[in-house]
Amino acid sequence: MTPEPGRDTVRWIDERAGASPALKAALRYVFPEHWSFMLGEIALYAFLVLIGTGTFLALFFQSSTADTTYHGSYAPLFGERMSLAYDSTLRLSQDVPAGLLMRQTHHWAALVFVAAIVAHLLRVFFTAAFRKPRDITWAIGVTLLMLAVLEGFLGYSMPDDLLSGMGLAIAYGVAMSIPVVGANVAFLAWGGEFPGGHQFTTRLLTLHVFLLPALIATLIALHLAGVIRNHHTQFPGPGRTERNVVGTPAWPAYALRSLGLLAATAAVLFLLGGLVQINPIWQWGPYEPYLATNGAQPDWYLGWLIGGLRIMPPLEIHFAGLTWIPNPFWGGAAFPLVVFGLLYAIPWLDRRLTGDRSRHELLDRPRDNPQRTALGMAFFSWVALVFFAGSADRILIRFGIPYELQIWFARAAVFVVPVIAYLVTLRICRELQRSDAHPLRGWSGRRVRRTPAGGFAVVEASATAAGDDVSQQPWTSSDSAGERLMRGRRS
Amino acid sequence: MSPWRVIVAAILLLLRGGRRGPAPQQPLDPRERRVPFNGRAELLVAALLMLGGLAGLGFALVYLLAPGGETQWLGLAVGVALALIAAALIVAGKAVVPQEIAVEERSELIDEQAEQEVPELLAEGVQGVTRRRLLARAAGVAGIGVGAALVAPAASLGPNVAQRIDATPWRRGVRVVDERGRAILADDVPFGTFVTGFPEGASLRDLASPIVIVRLPPSTIHLPDGRAQAAWAPEGLLAYSKICTHAGCAIALYRYPSFRATQPRPALVCPCHYSTFDPARGADVIFGPAGRPLPQLPLAIDPGTRELRANGGYSGSIGPAWLEVKRGGA
Repeated sequence: MTPEPGRDTVRWIDERAGASPALKAALRYVFPEHWSFMLGEIALYAFLVLIGTGTFLALFFQSSTADTTYHGSYAPLFGERMSLAYDSTLRLSQDVPAGLLMRQTHHWAALVFVAAIVAHLLRVFFTAAFRKPRDITWAIGVTLLMLAVLEGFLGYSMPDDLLSGMGLAIAYGVAMSIPVVGANVAFLAWGGEFPGGHQFTTRLLTLHVFLLPALIATLIALHLAGVIRNHHTQFPGPGRTERNVVGTPAWPAYALRSLGLLAATAAVLFLLGGLVQINPIWQWGPYEPYLATNGAQPDWYLGWLIGGLRIMPPLEIHFAGLTWIPNPFWGGAAFPLVVFGLLYAIPWLDRRLTGDRSRHELLDRPRDNPQRTALGMAFFSWVALVFFAGSADRILIRFGIPYELQIWFARAAVFVVPVIAYLVTLRICRELQRSDAHPLRGWSGRRVRRTPAGGFAVVEASATAAGDDVSQQPWTSSDSAGERLMRGRRS
Repeated sequence: MSPWRVIVAAILLLLRGGRRGPAPQQPLDPRERRVPFNGRAELLVAALLMLGGLAGLGFALVYLLAPGGETQWLGLAVGVALALIAAALIVAGKAVVPQEIAVEERSELIDEQAEQEVPELLAEGVQGVTRRRLLARAAGVAGIGVGAALVAPAASLGPNVAQRIDATPWRRGVRVVDERGRAILADDVPFGTFVTGFPEGASLRDLASPIVIVRLPPSTIHLPDGRAQAAWAPEGLLAYSKICTHAGCAIALYRYPSFRATQPRPALVCPCHYSTFDPARGADVIFGPAGRPLPQLPLAIDPGTRELRANGGYSGSIGPAWLEVKRGGA
């Protein structure tokens, strides 16, 4: 008997860890295939790029408000007084070889990280993958989104340039606006009144570089543990049941493709970091509390919060000479609390609305549950609308549409658009259910044929389908199964 | 076909790996295994990997030869290297190694027997313990005490609010200076633009320091009751805290009417959330989310030097609102 390749290595591990049953299971672990299952992987890989580039940046960045005079190679700022934080960010961008590539890639990776999480969340929501046994995994994922947004905000707050200072001023305003205890919370966070001193920049660094990444990495591990324990969900298809999982084993095809996705994600991020400028802080200048600039926008994932702050009318709750609820609370704190509260509640709400408490391993297509899909569209369109209202200043600058008009429009639209989104989505889902055809694939109409007599006759559905390799499948569970044709979905 | 449909179809084609139309019908047992024996794909993978390696070496070369920070070339080199490797891995994963659809049974999750045994084991663990409630409560006391000890140091993070928020460096007689410490004269403030001022000798980073000063025709000024124009706005000069009462940004925009039909009144605007204040009327909020006017600082003009001085403190608390914020009259 010739020894299998790698046998000695496996024996070596087994003698110490007895790991070959686990290794065997890992190699044969089955991944169902669909492009939308990659979104979470992209987030994971963007996180790896963040850790790598961030470590490089941490070796050069000095988180300090101590005054210094700039003597780096960027001529327009030569001799300017600025904080060490700003100075060291300029130097690592302008004078450290490959420093700017790392910084820009880090920034792009942060944008893609949150974007991939949001896209992944939408996929999970609209296919109802959040249902039991994955409700805990969902809650961990929502927490990860929250931490990712916070981590990103802290990250671009660190260089102490004009934009980061403006962002922190708003964060301070929102902290102050927490009812009753707001000022105390803000003073605890900043170590005193805004803009804070050395204590505060040290805290930014500790949170951004140590605490939050560790927390995010831990939660990613738990999230993945949840995924592995229950395997991926899968779309309905031939041979796919609620008790099995059909797909490609990890070794070798899936592992290679997934590593390919890792390399592709990193490739896109480094190409963006090298070729597409992002946050050129030397153009913004150092921050002082008495400075601000028009048309300033935060990273995209904070757009919904700036929108919330902007469209809120000047409503405050005063009583007995005290300000119980200052205005920034509505848009900056209450709005994200409602959004994240609803996100956390989705598995529970879904159980309440559908009355369905059973375990689900097969995904719904969005049309399969029109109510869920339509309610989701109403909710997400609401958030998206507030997000776009956050760009009113850019629209003013770019197109000259009066700011007040835009905000009044948005104030009305936040009530109207979700209703329209709900009704339109409901209609589309029902329509799709009726024809039960993929909207972008295959035949979704009726074929008519001209008769020799000059009239028109509908060609029967079965005749239409014959050439398309369509047949009725046993896994469909439709109330109109007789007239419904379900196509085999391989992926 | 409309162009839109073509684009969507093209995207779909890319995403679905070139499959078009409904997937071929499969048997109910989807298991299959194909061994490709694809020599050309193997060569392609090898070529892509080698090109990727070359591009990676290109990165090192650019780094060594052009140490001036060739960000674009560095990004291009490493990006192309990774993209080629990604292509190699994906081709290898799809065309070189065996393609297999496998079926794995899912765990039932519920094990009736173990489920029953867990509570029993837990119960067995406290067999013979007579004062269970006492012990549980004692443990609770221990937890609360130690928890308090762990949480208490959080108070060291920041000072108590107390009066610090309302402390300002502005007093009657304090000279108004610019960011370089030079005195601002009454005649330095023209119509139609604003000037940023600070109290002489105070920190520029103190939120209470910066003020915006504007000049308006005295006949257009209507200050709230209790603010006599002579004592608060001499010669039409008005000073307000530059820190927005909404979220603490700097009021960096001054909308001065250049076209009466669309911009009827001069206004101070915060660029963060577009809170808009009317300087002629005690900085009343005329648009946007701010919940109270900007606090006004009374000004005086030194009769000899024409230097601007504070004629007292602010009319209310500066900065973002909180529980005990002093709103001031408006």
